[in-house]
Amino acid sequence: MSASADAAHGHHYTTTGLDNRKIAIWAFIGSECMLFASLISTYLIYKGKSLVGPFPHTPWTDPSSGKVFPAILNIPVTSASTFVLLMSSLAMVLALSAVENRGKPLPPGAGAWDKALTSSKLWLWMTCLLGAGFLAFQAYEFTSFVHEGLTIRRNLFGSSFFTLTGFHGAHVTAGVIWLGSLLAIDYKRGLQPSDALAVDLAALYWHFVDVVWIAIFTLLYLIPG
Amino acid sequence: MATVAASPTYTASATPQRSRLMSWLTTTDHKVIGTLYLHTSLFFFVLGGLEALLIRWQLMRPNSVVLTADQYNQLFTMHGTTMVFLAIMPLSAAFFNYLIPLQIGARDVAFPRLNAFSYWIFLLGGVFITLPIFFWVAPDGGWFGYAPLSGRTYSPGPNMDFWVLGLQILGISSLAASFNFATTIINMRAPGMNLMRMPMFTWMSFVTQFLIILSFPVITIALVFLQFDRFFGTTFYQISAGADPLLWQHLFWIFGHPEVYILILPAFGLVSEVLPTNSRKPLFGYPVMAYSGILIGFLGFGVWAHHMFAVGMGPIADTVFGLTTMLIAIPTGVKIFNWIFTMWGGSIRFTAAMKFAIALIAMFVIGGISGITHASPPSDLQQTDTYYIVAHFHYVLFGGAILGIFAGIYHYFPKMYGRTMNETLGTWHFWLNFIAMNLTFFPMHFAGMLGMPRRIYTYDAGQGWELFNMMSTMGAFLLAPATLIFIYNFFRSKKHGEPCGPNPWDAPTLEWSIPSPPPEYNFAKIPMVTSRYPLWDLTHPERTAEIPHTQTGWTEATQQTGEHDMAPMHIETETRTAKELGIPMPSSTIKPFFVALGIVLMFSGLLFLPKGMKVPAFALMFGGTAMWVGYLYAWLTTPLEDHH
Ligand code: HEM
Ligand SMILES: [Cu+2]
Repeated sequence: MSASADAAHGHHYTTTGLDNRKIAIWAFIGSECMLFASLISTYLIYKGKSLVGPFPHTPWTDPSSGKVFPAILNIPVTSASTFVLLMSSLAMVLALSAVENRGKPLPPGAGAWDKALTSSKLWLWMTCLLGAGFLAFQAYEFTSFVHEGLTIRRNLFGSSFFTLTGFHGAHVTAGVIWLGSLLAIDYKRGLQPSDALAVDLAALYWHFVDVVWIAIFTLLYLIPG
Repeated sequence: MATVAASPTYTASATPQRSRLMSWLTTTDHKVIGTLYLHTSLFFFVLGGLEALLIRWQLMRPNSVVLTADQYNQLFTMHGTTMVFLAIMPLSAAFFNYLIPLQIGARDVAFPRLNAFSYWIFLLGGVFITLPIFFWVAPDGGWFGYAPLSGRTYSPGPNMDFWVLGLQILGISSLAASFNFATTIINMRAPGMNLMRMPMFTWMSFVTQFLIILSFPVITIALVFLQFDRFFGTTFYQISAGADPLLWQHLFWIFGHPEVYILILPAFGLVSEVLPTNSRKPLFGYPVMAYSGILIGFLGFGVWAHHMFAVGMGPIADTVFGLTTMLIAIPTGVKIFNWIFTMWGGSIRFTAAMKFAIALIAMFVIGGISGITHASPPSDLQQTDTYYIVAHFHYVLFGGAILGIFAGIYHYFPKMYGRTMNETLGTWHFWLNFIAMNLTFFPMHFAGMLGMPRRIYTYDAGQGWELFNMMSTMGAFLLAPATLIFIYNFFRSKKHGEPCGPNPWDAPTLEWSIPSPPPEYNFAKIPMVTSRYPLWDLTHPERTAEIPHTQTGWTEATQQTGEHDMAPMHIETETRTAKELGIPMPSSTIKPFFVALGIVLMFSGLLFLPKGMKVPAFALMFGGTAMWVGYLYAWLTTPLEDHH
């Protein structure tokens, strides 16, 4: 399954002409869709069903203490983190294209930007850093929620919110590790066009995780109620 | 290895001699993995059967005291869990492994090491969930583990912890295997084998993989919620926190109904191989058979709430789910008719496999019809949670899945071991089994109609249930000798069965064109396929005269690879080893085993948390994680094949 192992066997006949791993990752992504669909549906089913606050979009007053808990979700901050994650997808596209075009001569008169576009290291770094940035936002979000009184045990909202976004965060983490490993290979021996498939697989996964976040951001954060 | 002893043996240069255990632990050969699956799941089948015998012994008479209520709960839970997840699913997986590559003309599955991983994590997960029954701390919340009953409040002990974690582990196995087989079928078919030429077993397996891919994540999430509730105090199933008591039921059955098709479709596929071969006629209505399989798969996702008619979902939901459930009986009925028309006018040969296949048709019809009777909500309200339901699902699972799998074993044993199973013993097994299963399960219809509920550990005399329970218990104890005959026949035939050639049944598909047992590379030259029944084209062209024949796929294939590796359809006589032929084979490796072990250790750590034993808990969780991550990394950075 490693990049080097595959280069040696690129000539195996396949029915579709595609590499096996490309098919498998789509099957995997199909499965992941159902995983997140179950998590998101549960969140939506439990929306507004919590018996105690804090709540996502509305403040709540604790009847026993009179303490007021403000609405939990911080839309501006999460919009920023969403932007960061979306930008990481852009960087991912550029990383893949840099690997695919490795070794092609630059056109005459190419500027610094064209040069930068050929650096897979640069764009893999960017993707990883933006992914890590998103995770930092999430860590900040989680800790501030806990400080404001929302834990995973607190109510249905807490349970379903932290489980859903935590699952997503775990997927982003796995993606950062995956991309980091590609980066390590890039430093060790340089990613070649023959490695494009290995990068492509990571990219597919990464974009999928992004798309899931867009669904989460829309359904959890943007739609009040 | 005994299983491939008769095939030309090939030993990787770096690994001259290994012990048999080592060769199992490190194998990446889909045929060896298939036979490992077969033996392991037969073992679990026997274990689940023994649990059933204890259950029946307790229920033989009113007010008996063979078992306590608590032991009874553990036994019926483990019986169901074992039969579904440790017997029938992996028995099907044994055939996926062994047959899919052979039927599509491939040298292995798409990801041989992932395949080994799937087996090992299944075995370890099976041990994990089974061990507690020997200490009477086994899961006791039923195979569908309804929350909140299965939550910490109502199931405080470790029992349901084993169930939640065990199913989580087994889910990893099924999912990993399904990605592998789906990819194999999509991408590794021999040139010319388009979708409408795939053997019907491969077709039904294909549909099954999609059902697994799409339904297992749903139970994974349901189990994650339960796991978090039990271990970390979340509120998903806590009614006191406002949770919906139906959440689990919905999630479970969205998985659970596709699951019953995951159990039956591979068996349907097997009998769809056995019936045409032994009727010496092509399968009747092949395309419709394939489409009805797909349709069953689709509709299977839209009927789940027929398990929940009694919870009061309201008239709209009841109507919709009643209708979809009745609809799904149509493609199922289509299959039944096609099998019958396949036999119609054929020159039938009553091998043991054929007897089991025909019995499947008859028994499945009984189960299908009782299914339709509870597709109607008002009628289901009389039946639900009674022995009538137990009768239904045993007719479809035993009369369907198990009979189909027995047909498959008798039919494919010669391919696996180069010898046939004894037909006389097979006939004995068949008739005893057939009589016993009807004696066991038919009276349950009556007990159920007379109001006997499921899952009660005893009952009072005088309700009209005594006779039926006595009959069921007699039947169950008759199933035991039937199964013993089978087991004896199975193991004896491996050594002393009649040696057979590549194609003892004169069957039409690719797997029969190569030696029995097949050499480790399966096909020395990949055959080019020009019709649905390539072997009959060679041996009995008259039988396939009406089947479409074309040459599509050849040119593309030869352009991709150069012709050297392929040949027109032929009967393979090559006996040289992979090395001599220069065919690259995946090298053996222990890494998938350790990845599986690491994951199971990681899950085991959680068991200690509720007891407050932090040290073993975290030692196991971190140690296990380190182990599987480390071995996974080593696995991904090692090439699949030795370089020749
Ligand atoms: C003609 C097609 C079928 C129909 C219409 C049908 C219908 C039903 C219905 C309505 C129930 C729920 C009854 C209740 O709990 O009140 C049920 C239960 C069940 N069915 Fe089927 N069924 C069909 C085929 C199958 C097949 C092929 C299998 C498995 C191979 C299967 C396995 C089960 C099992 C295991 C249960 C009980 C689950 C439990 O409560 O533990 N059924 N069926
Ligand atoms: Cu169902």
